[in-house]
Amino acid sequence: MNKRATSQTSINLKRTFNIWLMQHAQACIYSIGQLFRNPINSLLTTAVVGISLALPTGFYLLLDNCQRVAAGWDNSTEISLFLKLNIEEERALSLADEIRQLEGIRSVNYISREMALSEYQTESGFSDAITALKENPLPAVLLLRPELHMLTNDQSEQLMHQLRSLSEVDTAQFDRQWIQRLFAIIDIVQHVVIILSILLAIAVLLIVGNTIRLAIFNRRTEIEVNKLFGATEAFIQRPFLYAGLFHGLGGSLIAWCLLSLSLLLLKAPVLRLAELYSSEFTLFGLSYIGVLLLLSAGASLGLVGSWVSVQRHIKAIEPN
Amino acid sequence: MIRFTDVSMHYGDGNEALRKINLYVEQGAMVYITGRSGAGKSSLLRLIALIERHNRGQIIVNGQNLERVTGRRIPLFRRNIGFMFQDHRLLYDRTVFDNIALPLVIAGYRYQEIRKRVHAALDKVSLLNKEKVSPVALSGGEQQRVGIARAVVHRPALILADEPTGNLDPALSWDIMKLFEQFNQVGVTVLIASHDLDMIKKMNKSIITLRQGKLLTHIGQTINE
Repeated sequence: MNKRATSQTSINLKRTFNIWLMQHAQACIYSIGQLFRNPINSLLTTAVVGISLALPTGFYLLLDNCQRVAAGWDNSTEISLFLKLNIEEERALSLADEIRQLEGIRSVNYISREMALSEYQTESGFSDAITALKENPLPAVLLLRPELHMLTNDQSEQLMHQLRSLSEVDTAQFDRQWIQRLFAIIDIVQHVVIILSILLAIAVLLIVGNTIRLAIFNRRTEIEVNKLFGATEAFIQRPFLYAGLFHGLGGSLIAWCLLSLSLLLLKAPVLRLAELYSSEFTLFGLSYIGVLLLLSAGASLGLVGSWVSVQRHIKAIEPN
Repeated sequence: MIRFTDVSMHYGDGNEALRKINLYVEQGAMVYITGRSGAGKSSLLRLIALIERHNRGQIIVNGQNLERVTGRRIPLFRRNIGFMFQDHRLLYDRTVFDNIALPLVIAGYRYQEIRKRVHAALDKVSLLNKEKVSPVALSGGEQQRVGIARAVVHRPALILADEPTGNLDPALSWDIMKLFEQFNQVGVTVLIASHDLDMIKKMNKSIITLRQGKLLTHIGQTINE
């Protein structure tokens, strides 16, 4: 008896679930039908959503690519140790060996006074002025490449202090100010991207919400009749929620297409610029995870936008 | 089936629509509600359908006290009622078939079952050849018959019709009334609000007369009996 009752409930549950699933499928198909019934309206909304999503994503890609470039530059930061003019070559070389043993130093390069002079003559364009001088005015230089973890302020200050205290060293320069500035700029851009993303996400919510609001008012009679014949709130809401979801999803697909197209257009000029810097840099597009994130962000924004609209406007419609 | 006990109702603006109504409609009865415009015919039907709420008294429909039918229970309660309106309220962006199928789709029937029942309902109102047509292409009488098919397709226990023949000529009105009679004969309780007194008399059914929100004449079964 009891067993039969349990199996009866489980059959009922299964039946309820099947009806639920079927009604979801119906609502889904119905709302797709509605989208195609007003193709221009749907396309306009979806396109606006697409552009709103493409903007922050595009900025993110720009930022991502900048960071990749800057990461390369980070490697090339150097400390220049200008030795005193009276230091002999052997002493300088042994100093280089000593410094090589220090913690946090990746490599040390010795540039003798003669090498510095010839380099200066070829690269500065002041060769005539230099030859006019009786004596070589340039000091010997040790070029140090610090490990990446030495780039933090504390440790680099400590290292610089240690290097400056060496008796052979005249001055020590760490040319990382410009890269710090660059990182500060990138940091600002990063914040701009976040602010822009939030603003445009709100814009997507409003656009989808408004589209759904208009759809609800256009189908007022339908909603009234549905309510009169015993439709639950969920039944009435479903097609509108699906419509919001599709607007969001369609919008993110459009955003993806726009970005791919822009990357394609930018590829050649970026390659040319990279060649000029003799770099092998190429533009990075969205990763698979990035595309997935874009699609789910679009879909959930669409869903939330329509949900808010549906909660506000469908309850207000009662049959009369 | 329906029992009103001292029911009063006024609209938001204080306009009193019904005053101390007592009435009882048996299960399986066919009853006309009549009276002049503004007498409260529509209000009475709207109370039964939970479109409006009464302010005083008690209404029991199909064994349910309407005061307790709130929120999520309203849709389930309404699935037991078939509605008919003077203005049809058909959805013009769908075919006749889809219009009639609406109550079944709402209740979650399978397509095969829906098709069977819609065809049966179309057959009853003699519109089988019009299932794929839009309601716009139908005449007033045909549209009203589509409305009837929609009202009965889910086999409700109660049919509420508000001026179902308001815009039709006498011959068509008579056909519509005969259709309602057929449904009544298979056990459905039918409540029809109408001011077409001549026809109501010809139909020879119970009549409730309202005047300015009060009960004037009565079918005979009152709560005091």
